[in-house]
Amino acid sequence: MATPGNDIKSYPGFRFITIACLIILYAPLVVVTIYSFNASKSITVWEGLSLHWYADVFTGPDSGKFKLAARNSFVIAIIAASVSTAIATLAATAMVRGGQFKLRTVSFGLISLPLMVPEIVTAVATLIFFNAIGFDRGLMTILVAHIAFCIPFAYLPISARMQGIEDTYEQAAMDLYATKRQAFTKILMPLMMPGIISGFLLAFIVSLDDFIITNFVKGAGVETLPTAIFGSVKQGIKPNIMAISTMLLGLSIVMVTISYFVSKTDNTK
Amino acid sequence: MNDETLSAVDVRDAVKRYGDFTALKTISLSIKDNEFFTLLGPSGCGKTTLLRMIAGFEDVTEGAIFLYGDEIENLPPHQRPVNTVFQNYALFPQMTILDNVAFGVEMRGNSKAEARRRAGEMLELVQLSQFSSRKPSQLSGGQQQRVALARALAPEPKVLLLDEPLSALDLKLRKAMQLELKHLQRETGITFIFVTHDQEEALTMSDRIAVMSAGELQQLGAPTDIYERPHNMFVADFIGETNLLEVSVDKIAQGRATCHLGGGHELTCNQVDDIGVGAKVHMSIRPERLFMSDIPAEAESLKGTVKENIFAGTDITTIVALAEGPDFIVRTSNSDRGNKRIFEPGTEMYVNMEMGAGRLLVD
Repeated sequence: MATPGNDIKSYPGFRFITIACLIILYAPLVVVTIYSFNASKSITVWEGLSLHWYADVFTGPDSGKFKLAARNSFVIAIIAASVSTAIATLAATAMVRGGQFKLRTVSFGLISLPLMVPEIVTAVATLIFFNAIGFDRGLMTILVAHIAFCIPFAYLPISARMQGIEDTYEQAAMDLYATKRQAFTKILMPLMMPGIISGFLLAFIVSLDDFIITNFVKGAGVETLPTAIFGSVKQGIKPNIMAISTMLLGLSIVMVTISYFVSKTDNTK
Repeated sequence: MNDETLSAVDVRDAVKRYGDFTALKTISLSIKDNEFFTLLGPSGCGKTTLLRMIAGFEDVTEGAIFLYGDEIENLPPHQRPVNTVFQNYALFPQMTILDNVAFGVEMRGNSKAEARRRAGEMLELVQLSQFSSRKPSQLSGGQQQRVALARALAPEPKVLLLDEPLSALDLKLRKAMQLELKHLQRETGITFIFVTHDQEEALTMSDRIAVMSAGELQQLGAPTDIYERPHNMFVADFIGETNLLEVSVDKIAQGRATCHLGGGHELTCNQVDDIGVGAKVHMSIRPERLFMSDIPAEAESLKGTVKENIFAGTDITTIVALAEGPDFIVRTSNSDRGNKRIFEPGTEMYVNMEMGAGRLLVD
């Protein structure tokens, strides 16, 4: 209960800390977004509003490189999100509906482990793994690595959704002459759909944004959008990078927002 | 074999164990065709487990279950021609009412159009046709309950299983649904197996009742049998309210047992069963079989003092303290106030009963 005495707003410094956190978190993003519309070549001096750098991304000297990288990123993100969502859906079904099987806790730990392990460790391990089995680095290695690390992101919203679905629905379906498979596809899947979509979008955005693992496992000359941006920044920051970053930011916000609302929707009303 | 002699459901020596815990201890019972059969007992007595074993959601550890002569205990739920009304209804939340009711008919191999036509008929039967395009969450509890019923009846099951379907409804609606269920059972001619912990509900609706406790069948019989002639302490105590008295048998003659209870009071029973002289047993006397008077009755009479009167609408419950004996509960129906007297607390009076109102129970 928020009575005046223990309302969190009445703690000294509450307002200050909140505002400081918001500024530290979001000011850089705001600056990048604003300067992506700068007419100047400089990244620090404002010379007026312009869409020049957005045009430059699509038609400028670097446009070929960025377009190819963007295409790679999207193809990988779509395939990685689809495959990892399918795997996560099956994993969630087994975990939530499988009863108290042996190693259930261990399985859950294994599924969510990639979320806890430092990404650089996963990246190095994945690289060593590909080398050990003699898998040539290229788009395929990026894809496989992305599928693997996207699974826990897809799994969490799906399993959360599934835990809220009572198992009497499937029992009722089977009682009404549906086979186990029909009970799953006709009753359980539609009820899980918001979780599945939400998981897919999350996996998509995680794959699209990934830099560390991708940078390790990509072959020479193969770029995704984040690695292409990184390569470009190493040669000095041009405002076109800000334009690309702003577009990526926008896309991320849209996807995360959709994911949030989809997971909240109730297809039962 | 002839259908008329065939039991709807035949449970033979069924046992259910979960690891070390035995939920059902060797139950055998036969449910007749076209019967309203109730499994009654407190929670944890195994009644729902037995129902789920018939439906196919629990496997049978030992024993067999027959449905109209066919052995079914190894069939998966979707191959058993029985349908269930679940306690929480389990209506598919993403589907309309019509699609919910049509689901089982379609899954049984009928066309979508045929399934919808049949669903429409069933919704008419439960008077919910106007709600067919709504989602379950838009209906009240009582309406959802009727949809669940329509959905379970639509595929024309051989036996309908009902798992405490009325427990979530308020009293008034529950009473109305009890009658509606009873009528529906007669109209459709389908065998109903109804699970409840509510003894009044069981008495109102059932043709026969199986009283269960601690995984065992305590008594099986028509409601009047169970109520008037309970076999043991558990049944007497669980069904309705009763005065359970510790007595010792003094004399047995001409099929009557004369017993005494504390304080020198004496009572006679018409039934003896295999109880011998000197046995210490319990006697059950229903409170409505007693009446109070300021003069002792010729048959059976006990002197006592009124402790308290409790008014409960249709009747008045009086607690009477016997001189140096146990307390008695006496129930007087309000409609009987003309011939029966109510005494103020503190008054000395006699608790009278007909000869043989009490029943001796073997523990």
